[in-house]
Amino acid sequence: MKKPARYLFLAIAVVCLSITSAGADDVIKIGAIFSATGPASPLGEAEKNTALLLQEQINAKGGVMGKKLEIIIYDDESSVDKAVSAADKLLKKDNVVAVVGPSTTPNTLAIEAKFEAAAVPLVSCAAGEKIVVPVKKWVFKTPQSDRLAVARILSHLKSRKISKIAIITVSDAYGQGGREMLKALAPKAGIELTADEVYSPKDTDMTVQLTKIKSTNAKAIVSWGTPQTGSAIVAKNRAQLGMSVPLYLSHGVAARKFIELAGSAGEGILLPAGRLIVADEVPAKNPQKALLTKYVKDYETKFKSPVSTFGGHAWDAVMLVVKAIELGKSDKPADIRANLEKIKGFVGTAGVFNFSPEEHNGLNESAFEMVTIQKGDWKIVK
Amino acid sequence: MGISSYLQFLISGVTMGSIYGLTALGFTIIFNTTGIINFAQGEFVMLGGILSVFFLKWFDIGLFPSILLAVLATTIIGGVIERFAIRPVKGASVINLIIVTIGVSIFVRGLTMIFLGKDTFSLPHFSGNLPLTFAGVAVMPQSIWILAITLVLLAILRLFFTRTIYGKGMLACSYNRKASSLVGIGVDRMVLFSFLISSLVGAIGGVILTPVTLTSYDVGIMLGLKGFSACIIGGLGNPFGAAAGGVLLGILESLCAGVISSAYKDAFAFFVLLVLLFVKPSGLFGQAKIERV
Repeated sequence: MKKPARYLFLAIAVVCLSITSAGADDVIKIGAIFSATGPASPLGEAEKNTALLLQEQINAKGGVMGKKLEIIIYDDESSVDKAVSAADKLLKKDNVVAVVGPSTTPNTLAIEAKFEAAAVPLVSCAAGEKIVVPVKKWVFKTPQSDRLAVARILSHLKSRKISKIAIITVSDAYGQGGREMLKALAPKAGIELTADEVYSPKDTDMTVQLTKIKSTNAKAIVSWGTPQTGSAIVAKNRAQLGMSVPLYLSHGVAARKFIELAGSAGEGILLPAGRLIVADEVPAKNPQKALLTKYVKDYETKFKSPVSTFGGHAWDAVMLVVKAIELGKSDKPADIRANLEKIKGFVGTAGVFNFSPEEHNGLNESAFEMVTIQKGDWKIVK
Repeated sequence: MGISSYLQFLISGVTMGSIYGLTALGFTIIFNTTGIINFAQGEFVMLGGILSVFFLKWFDIGLFPSILLAVLATTIIGGVIERFAIRPVKGASVINLIIVTIGVSIFVRGLTMIFLGKDTFSLPHFSGNLPLTFAGVAVMPQSIWILAITLVLLAILRLFFTRTIYGKGMLACSYNRKASSLVGIGVDRMVLFSFLISSLVGAIGGVILTPVTLTSYDVGIMLGLKGFSACIIGGLGNPFGAAAGGVLLGILESLCAGVISSAYKDAFAFFVLLVLLFVKPSGLFGQAKIERV
């Protein structure tokens, strides 16, 4: 290296060091791990955008307890090992006080133990029930569990007096989680399973499975599939086979992309969903109404793309951490954890959260509305 | 389950199988002239489908012109790949060339992801999406399109290889490159042709399949793998055997899913492939290699 270049390098290094050391005391650092690229990117991208939006909004209002909020976001590229190394970086190098994310259940399960060991709270944006059952001291999550979604579908089936259903699920962690839940809860609700079909995540044709279902006398189909792609193919194949029994999908498909992919085949399908995607239809007296409308407007003006449930999960996660910090007037990891458990009646995008030492998800069945697709838009089923 | 269910399985199988067959056909055309397995074949299928979607969206010129444009663009891409990735290393061993094609496939997939996004896209059906019903069996008009186009394409390729001087030249290259070159066949040009034809065939497969199955930047991986298996079933080196192998694989898969269990569909199809390779290593329609001393 020539001399002037060396001095320049040194100067830059000194400037960088002084910037980081000067701000250390009046900044609260929260970590985030999202699947912003890779197969789970429809989830992670919305979550990352939301975190950036919140960071900007909170700091514009003077930050948290007068300190600047800094969210350090890592992309795990939808892969488990990247999530693990991101968790290590956040805990050991960035010394964050809490972490939000990851976007998916397998990635969350892979890093949970690190947070237990490091004694830093993790608020996951993934849906799998295994994340918080059994309760782990340092781990929380914001999306509604599969159990609640399955329960909501089963009670809707009962209200329509349907007692024979067929299920078709995708053979990954998400689909099999739903499948186990359906197999466990359906008999208790007096509903019989006439067929139990499976497809692989990369499959592009499910007519065979649906033909088998057609030959049983199922009065409804419940499909727990890959968000959007697989579920859209199931909806399309069902229309192609001219099947008229109602189709219930999982809460994972609640994004505008699904309507686009399924086209006319999506009309009339049913699914449990958080109120975010039907924000303009939620009655004005609902406590979530004001928040939902504001989030939808802020997000859509800033990013010029429609909101999805997933961005909402990140909203809930970040705001819960902020709430816990303000509640205890402390940004120490242990205090944040203890205060998260004390949060009651917190209005989020997924529902109204009530945490306790035994309940680290804080939602119940009322967080869901049954929605359908009518003329290419979500509608609440009355 | 009645007979109509089995017919339905058969129809799904033949529809998917035609696409496996077209992919397999692309593999064998390149294998015949160059001796390499082109692992970027699945990407041609992906490009055909995804480019149609985007041309339709960008230029708003109607479905069929967009499709023609997509097929044309993919064919050109196939030619470009041969010219800039394969020809510069033509003296290298076959295994190196195969690794080059793997690199090309990752490169193409990456570029598609960056420029066209990671989303899944759908393409309208060619002629309506209402199923036709015969005796309790629902057939999509698109399935009929797929079958018809596949058969026409096979017939044209058959004529090309047996009746035209270029086709015969390509076949000659497959038997002996050095001898072909000695009798005045431009081997380099034949290799370029083989890439053009197989990217054309792949793109057509992708275009006719997309309305049924949706598409995204990464569909080429699985289709390439299935197409390759189809080639092995049919016998590597025999284009029409490969097409038949594809249809067979499609039917096997759908019957397995329907009759045995949908959870073991892929596993069973590949199990049959293994058994076949033990019993008849050269594939169903392939000729055993004869070593002359």
